[in-house]
This record gives sequence, structure tokens and C-alpha cells, in this order.
Amino acid sequence: MSTASLADKRANSLRGASLPKWSPWAIAAGSLVVAVGVGLAAGLDSKVQWGLIAAILFILGTFGIAARVEGRRQAKDRVATSLVWVAFLLAVIPLVSLIWVTVARGVKVLDVYFLTHSMGVVADSEPGGGIYAAIIGSLEQVGLATVIGAPVGILTAIYLVEYGRGRLAKAVTFFVDVMTGIPSIVAGLFILSLMLIFSMQPFGFAGSLALAILMMPVVVRSTEEMLKLVPNELREASLALGVPKWRTILKVVLPTSIGGITTGVMLAVARIAGETAPVLLLVFGNPFINNNPFEGAQASLPLYIYQQYSQSAGANAAYDRAWAASLTLIAFVMILNMVARGIARWKAPKTGR
Amino acid sequence: MAKRIDVSGLTAYYGSHKAIEDISMTVEPRSVTAFIGPSGCGKSTFLRTLNRMHEVTSGGRVEGKVLLDDEDLYGAGIDPVSVRREVGMVFQRPNPFPTMSIFDNVAAGLRLNGSYKKSELSDVVEKSLKGANLWNEVKDRLNKPGSGLSGGQQQRLCIARAIAVEPKVLLMDEPCSALDPISTLAIEDLIGELKERFTIVIVTHNMQQAARVSDRTAFFNLAAVGQPGRLIEIDDTERIFSNPSVQATEDYISGRFG
Repeated sequence: MSTASLADKRANSLRGASLPKWSPWAIAAGSLVVAVGVGLAAGLDSKVQWGLIAAILFILGTFGIAARVEGRRQAKDRVATSLVWVAFLLAVIPLVSLIWVTVARGVKVLDVYFLTHSMGVVADSEPGGGIYAAIIGSLEQVGLATVIGAPVGILTAIYLVEYGRGRLAKAVTFFVDVMTGIPSIVAGLFILSLMLIFSMQPFGFAGSLALAILMMPVVVRSTEEMLKLVPNELREASLALGVPKWRTILKVVLPTSIGGITTGVMLAVARIAGETAPVLLLVFGNPFINNNPFEGAQASLPLYIYQQYSQSAGANAAYDRAWAASLTLIAFVMILNMVARGIARWKAPKTGR
Repeated sequence: MAKRIDVSGLTAYYGSHKAIEDISMTVEPRSVTAFIGPSGCGKSTFLRTLNRMHEVTSGGRVEGKVLLDDEDLYGAGIDPVSVRREVGMVFQRPNPFPTMSIFDNVAAGLRLNGSYKKSELSDVVEKSLKGANLWNEVKDRLNKPGSGLSGGQQQRLCIARAIAVEPKVLLMDEPCSALDPISTLAIEDLIGELKERFTIVIVTHNMQQAARVSDRTAFFNLAAVGQPGRLIEIDDTERIFSNPSVQATEDYISGRFG
């Protein structure tokens, strides 16, 4: 008896009403108009507040209208979709605005001269000069840091995944976790204290050491994950052929995961390319070109940006140079990312026929 | 030269848990022996002790003797890597190396252990692929990736890879369980040819397959739930399937089990 009445509550037809395709746009437009109206009426000036009111009205409006026309389940579905879209916009708008502002303000002084000449004797408050010294400095410091940090990180990860059992592995994992959280200035202070003990002057390689400390835990973590993704049956297949373990790792496990490992290393490099604090302490900056990272202060891109802002007493020329250097730094990181993706795709296990 | 296996008193552990207990048997050279039994009774564990793969698993430990033509594989000073070059293995799921071509896959066992000229390797690769009945299907695309083949072809590729290093014994752990009936038939025919050159031990869930393919069959079982696996009976295949000596074997074969 009761099951019959439960079944009867379902609609007799499979078809239900549905809102037209343009309805989300209409509701969005409507909520914007109402939000602007409410904002003006309540004397709210900030466009951000109008945007937030519009977002809330959009979600409520979608739910209300959809519930009336389509039914509660479809309404909840639409609300979930709109929440995802709202979150996406909230995340993307600052990013797009950042890129827009950087590009707009950075191209003012960005030209070949700017990229190939250093500041030299040009004072910070005057126009002219360029970031060649900073580019060389950044390339050398980040390059040396990678040469130290990447192999150490990868070998540590190989140890943790392939060999480590017992207390040493647990201790290493613990310390790598701790290192992930070291603030960049603390890494800089650590190297600085060593330098002071030996009464050394600032030089580029010291910055590389601090950057390597910051890079290592990131490389260890991502390499570990990539190695764990290699199926165990591949290792077993190689071992069963009578291949010793170290050769299995070198010739089977590493080539299978090399794409992911490269991506991890590139992302770590991209992260340290923008670190200012350790470079500030250890490398000091230099308006002249210094090609030797082992002797004398060097310039560096993030440090250059900071110095142009802080030491220029607000001159427009300095701000323009700082924006141009920021654009160069972002472009440098973006190129690294694209190279990483290219390598990952090229080296991925092939599945063609 | 195929070799003979003599196992005496073999017990295998995973950490402190005893998986199989006191197994003794003989496998004649150039014969096919099938291991049958319910899931979890230790057939695969026992198979893996024969080429020292059991100890690769974390906590794996073995007691007892495995003699390969009178040389104890677990004797003092024996190098497990050398053992695995003598006793090859084919796994349940085909696992060709994904970053290597078909040619490189078959040559992997040789190349990863020494350096050879391309011409020497080509001969070995062709001979192994012919031995695995795969040559005609792939001879025009040896440079294509190994993972681009169908399941049955991949498994034959793994068999070619295993026989390229010329082991004395070939262990096969449920090689057909992931394959369709036609590929299974191809592999069973292959086993019939390979037994001219190698000693073969095959673990299988499929009793009809054991009956078709093997010369001798060994039946494994747990003594009781929670007990380690034991060898219940080993005999010529015909006798096991028509007139077994132990009641438990008869129950399993006629499906009165569980």
C-alpha cells in the first residue's frame, strides 16, 4: 500500500521543464544591475563590494528561479555550477589584472638596450641603464643553485623511495618536511652567519647556496611522488631479468618518471628565481656587471626590483625600470614552465601504435 | 641447457607471518609443471622463492633449500642477481617497459647487463621473438613502443624478453589470466614449444589449462584457515586429474571445494 503511494509521487513523464540556455547570462546581468543599484543607494563606493553583492544575488537568483521552473535538484545543480564559476573568477581576476598591469607598465622601458646594458653609473633616480647585470646575476645564481640542489634532491628521493627502511629514512623524511617550511630569510641568515665566521664579503655563490637550501625539499617531495607513481611491476620485471637494483633504478625507473621529475625541478627553479630575501643579505646587489659568482657582489633580478623601489625616492624612471624588470622575471619563469612541460611531453612513456 | 630443480623443506615468511611451510618437490628438466590450488594458498609465493624474488618484497624471508642442478640457490655467497639470470619469470599482467621500443624491450635483459653490438642484439631479438611466436606480427615495427601492442601480444613480448637471456628455468605466474581465450591458446601452444628448451613451472587458476599444458601437477592448499600453505600432492597430470591419492585434491578438482 505505502510503496504504491511513494511511487505515485514521481512525475508520470520523463520530461521536465528547463530554463532556456541564455538564462545564466540574464540572471547575471540582472544581479549586476540590482547590485549597482543597491550599491549606489547605500553609498558604497568600492567596485569590489558591488561585485560581491552581485555574486551573492546571482547565486540566490539562480536558486530561486531554477527551483520554481525546473525543480529543487536542478536548482542545486545550478547553484553548485555557479559557485564553481564564481570561485574561478575570484581566482583568475587578480591574476589577469596582475599580468595586465605588469605588461602595461613594464613595456615602457623594455627594449633591447634595457636588456643588454647594466645600470653602471646611472643613478637610481635618473632614466637610462638596464638590467643586464641583474639578468646575468640571476642566471648564474639560480643555475649554480640548481646544479647543487637538483642532484642532491633527486638522489635523496631515490634513497627514500627505493632503499630507505627504518630510522634513517624516517629521520630524513622528517627533516625534509621541516626544510620545506624554512622561511627564505632564515636560509639567507644561515649562510650569512657562515660567511661572517670566515669574514667573507658578499658574492654570488653564497646566494646560490641559500637558494639550493630552499630548492632541495621541493625537489625531494616532487621526485618522491613521481617515483612512487612508477608501478612496482616494472621494477619486478627488470629484477626478474637478473638486472641489479641500481641499474633497474637508473635504466628503468628513472626514464619512466623523468618527465615528472623534470617538471618538479623546473617548478622548484621557478620558485627560487624570485626569492629576494637571501639574495639581499648575501649578494648585496651591484650596478656593474660582475660575471664571476665567486668573487664580489652581484646583481639579481628580484633584488634589482626591490632596490629600484626603495632607493629611488619615488622617481618615475626607477619605477618604470622596476616594472620592466618584473616583466622580465615573470617572462623568465613562464619560459621555464613551458620548457618543463615540453620536456615532460617529449619524455612521457609513448603509447603510439 | 634446461636444469632440474630440487626443493627440500622450503618455508617462506612475510615478516613474522608464515606463508608456506615445509615444501619439498622435484621438477625434471625440460618438463612443464603446473601449480594449482585455491587463492591465497601460497602458489605464487612458492614460485617467487624459486628465483629469489620473494625477498624483494618487504619482510620476505626464506628457510630451506632450492637446488638448481645441485647448486643451492640460498647457499652462502650466492648472488641473487645471478640466480635471476638463470631462472626467468613472466608475470600475471604483461609489463613491457613503457619507455622502450619492442626491440629494446626484448634486448633489455642483455643490454642492461653488458654492452653488445647492435648486430649481435638483432640476432638475439629475432630469435627470441620467433621463439615467442611474435616475430611475424612485429617484424616491421620493431621501433614502435612496446606498450602499443594488444594484451596477448604484450604478454608474448614479455615471454620473448624473458627467454632472450636464455635462462635455464622459466617461471610463469598465471600468464594467461589477463588474456582472452584466443591469446591464451596461443600462449599454451607456445609453452608446448618452449618446453623443448627450458624447464617450465606455471601457476594457474584454470584447471583445464593445467590439464592441457603440464606434464606434472602440484596441488597446494591451506591446512586450515590462518595456517600456512602446504603441498598436498604432486604427481603426473593424468593421474592427478583422474585418480588423485589425497581426498582434498579430489575435492578441489571436482569442484566440491568451498
